[in-house]
Amino acid sequence: MADSAGPRQADEARAAAGVLTDSGRDVSASGREVPDSGYPGHDDIAPPPRKRDLRAVWLIAPTMVILAIVILYPVLRAIWLSFQADKGLDPVTGTFTKGGFAGFDHYLMWLTQNCGSGMGSCPPGTLGADFWPSVGITFFFAAVTVTIEVLLGLWMATIMGRTFFGRSLLRAAVLIPWAIPTAVTAKLWFFIFAENGIANKILGTDIAWTTDPWASRFAVIVADVWKTTPFMALLILAGLQMIPQDVYEAAKVDGASAWQRFTQITLPLVKPALMVAVLFRTLDVLRMYDLPAILNGDSGATPTTTMSILVVADIRNGNFNSASALSTLVFLMIFAVAFIMVKFLGANAVRTQDEQRKGDK
Amino acid sequence: MVLNTKAVRRAAVAATAASLLAITGCSSDSGSGSGDASAENTGGRGPISFAMGKNDTDKLTPVIASWNAAHPDEKVELKELPGEADDQRDKLVQSLQAGNSDYDVMALDVTWTAEFAANGWLQPLEGDLAIETSGLLPATVASATYRDKLFAAPQNTNAQLLYYRTDLMPTAPANWQALTDSCATATAKSVDCLVTQLKQYEGLTVNTTQAINSWGGSVVGPDGQTPEVESPQAKAGLQSLVDAYAKGQIAKRSTGFTEEETNLAFVGGESMYAYNWPYMYTNAEKDSSKVKGNVAVAPIVGPTGPGASTLGGYNNGINVNSKSKQTARDFVAFVQNPENQQSFADASFPPVLASVYDDAALIAKYPYLPALKSALENAVPRPVTPFYNAVTKAIQDNAYAAITGKMSVDQATADMSAAISAASK
Repeated sequence: MADSAGPRQADEARAAAGVLTDSGRDVSASGREVPDSGYPGHDDIAPPPRKRDLRAVWLIAPTMVILAIVILYPVLRAIWLSFQADKGLDPVTGTFTKGGFAGFDHYLMWLTQNCGSGMGSCPPGTLGADFWPSVGITFFFAAVTVTIEVLLGLWMATIMGRTFFGRSLLRAAVLIPWAIPTAVTAKLWFFIFAENGIANKILGTDIAWTTDPWASRFAVIVADVWKTTPFMALLILAGLQMIPQDVYEAAKVDGASAWQRFTQITLPLVKPALMVAVLFRTLDVLRMYDLPAILNGDSGATPTTTMSILVVADIRNGNFNSASALSTLVFLMIFAVAFIMVKFLGANAVRTQDEQRKGDK
Repeated sequence: MVLNTKAVRRAAVAATAASLLAITGCSSDSGSGSGDASAENTGGRGPISFAMGKNDTDKLTPVIASWNAAHPDEKVELKELPGEADDQRDKLVQSLQAGNSDYDVMALDVTWTAEFAANGWLQPLEGDLAIETSGLLPATVASATYRDKLFAAPQNTNAQLLYYRTDLMPTAPANWQALTDSCATATAKSVDCLVTQLKQYEGLTVNTTQAINSWGGSVVGPDGQTPEVESPQAKAGLQSLVDAYAKGQIAKRSTGFTEEETNLAFVGGESMYAYNWPYMYTNAEKDSSKVKGNVAVAPIVGPTGPGASTLGGYNNGINVNSKSKQTARDFVAFVQNPENQQSFADASFPPVLASVYDDAALIAKYPYLPALKSALENAVPRPVTPFYNAVTKAIQDNAYAAITGKMSVDQATADMSAAISAASK
């Protein structure tokens, strides 16, 4: 949690700065004077009285308490658990006893494959040995599916953005895969990819879609792309519709080709919305569980084991503490990815809204 | 504003402190209880609840009905659990971990008994609560015994059988060599020779332990923890699967097969032999079956004769926190009486009472019963260990690597042994 406080404050500060400059510009445009409230954008609220006004605290307190119970406590509890040893077997009585303090043992177990006798001592057939492969698989899924979804989503959004007969019907139809619950989607694809399923019948093959390493990864990618491209397309479509038509008309007058209009106008202007969509989807894929679990099993050793599947597999083995360590690791990894995307790639939901508001005017 | 921020921060600090207090509060009391709960309520009587996965409750409802008719003051209420084994286990574990007594009697998969016993969740069946086990099949009693104490009452059992097509092979092969040699017949008819469950899931553990036990090996020693998969017998057992799979005697597609795919393939006439549980016999004799009238069963085979099947089935455990343990004990004993066990046999739910398998009327109706009895007499439970989940994973992952040719048998058994050791720490 200490890690998360820094970037969040930084974000808030940055967002606040953005708001300030924006409204500054607004003010100069409308010629109104800004009351010295320190909170631009809320001009009609009277400045706070000199006395300490605790009403705000009381208004915020319930939210803070609920957030603390629902988010802070589980996170802290998981971190605390991750430093405790898993229960062990008492050799005399044959019953389980509490493990005691374990320090960084669980983290070292996952990261350095230390199953008790030094680095790299987790033999195949232990959950520890599945850790790095699952990290690789998860990031592989994230990279491949998000790339495909961006390309397909852009294409679908461009089509949906045009005016033609039956456009609303198309928009509704495109949404269907997204509207189906993931578990149902996964079951549908499970039947499609079954040994005697439609996929093999149509292709005339007998590929083992749920057990062969690359075939099963391909199956997961296909199912995920089918399901989430509509979501991507809609987010992009929202961004596309923010682009004013006159920009395009001006470009046409200047003799820009369709490709130039796409690369010089559409892409830069849709980028904020696109980056938010990419951010959402990347975080989504990094914690993917249901699709590969239903398609290929959740034993922790399938070719499509993601990090989340590994966490659940470890919990099922009764190792709540090493599972807590693993979920903390997953949390840190996803956090790092989100941080990089927000900080360096400009995928910032708050700022994008501001930009969209500007686009309206 | 600054003041407000400070106040908010103070509130956040207070909330954090409160949650930290909650953490320490929780941690200090968890793990208590259950200490001597096994000594309480051993004479208790009253209404009880019985929890079981919903797939098989139809076999128990008549039993419960007849119990309730005879015991109006100690009625048994059936509480259905989810259908999937993992979900059933999750549900029971949650309740037991909290020290609840929602479920007085629980139908436990044979592989869970040791883990639940080691956690102190099960009432040992001794003293006032002892049950008669002499008439039961010995392997079923072994599956419910942890550290020489009986922790559950076997309810029903299961063992895989060798199904064969009498139109292709008039008599069952006597041993593994005979089975693999006869595969030429299947090839000539362009059907698969043997189909079985080699997908990476519990079924692969069943098949691997069957091979290891049939060849005279063992997965773990008598203590349930020390791996013994590196013995020459165990390696020979795994090698038999690896060789047969490499030669195509076990169908290549078996690595994607669970029981259901095996059933579809055999009943669809796509294979000459199949290893599967007794339920497939009913399917194979249905009108829709392509092999109707041409099916017979025999015990699975080992190197010199019948092999050692791996045991399935349910054991009834009594919750250590139950208020009515005497009623619970009477009920689990009632399930084992000849009448109820015969009704199980009538529902393709193999009974644990040995005498039922000799009932002439039942044998006439279910011709597979003698083969099943001999399979059960040779059957071996899966490792009775509190770390069963980790052990089965060690077996599955490494057996799969060996069977699919990614790893030599020597390497796979070495890794399996190391992974089983790592599981029990």
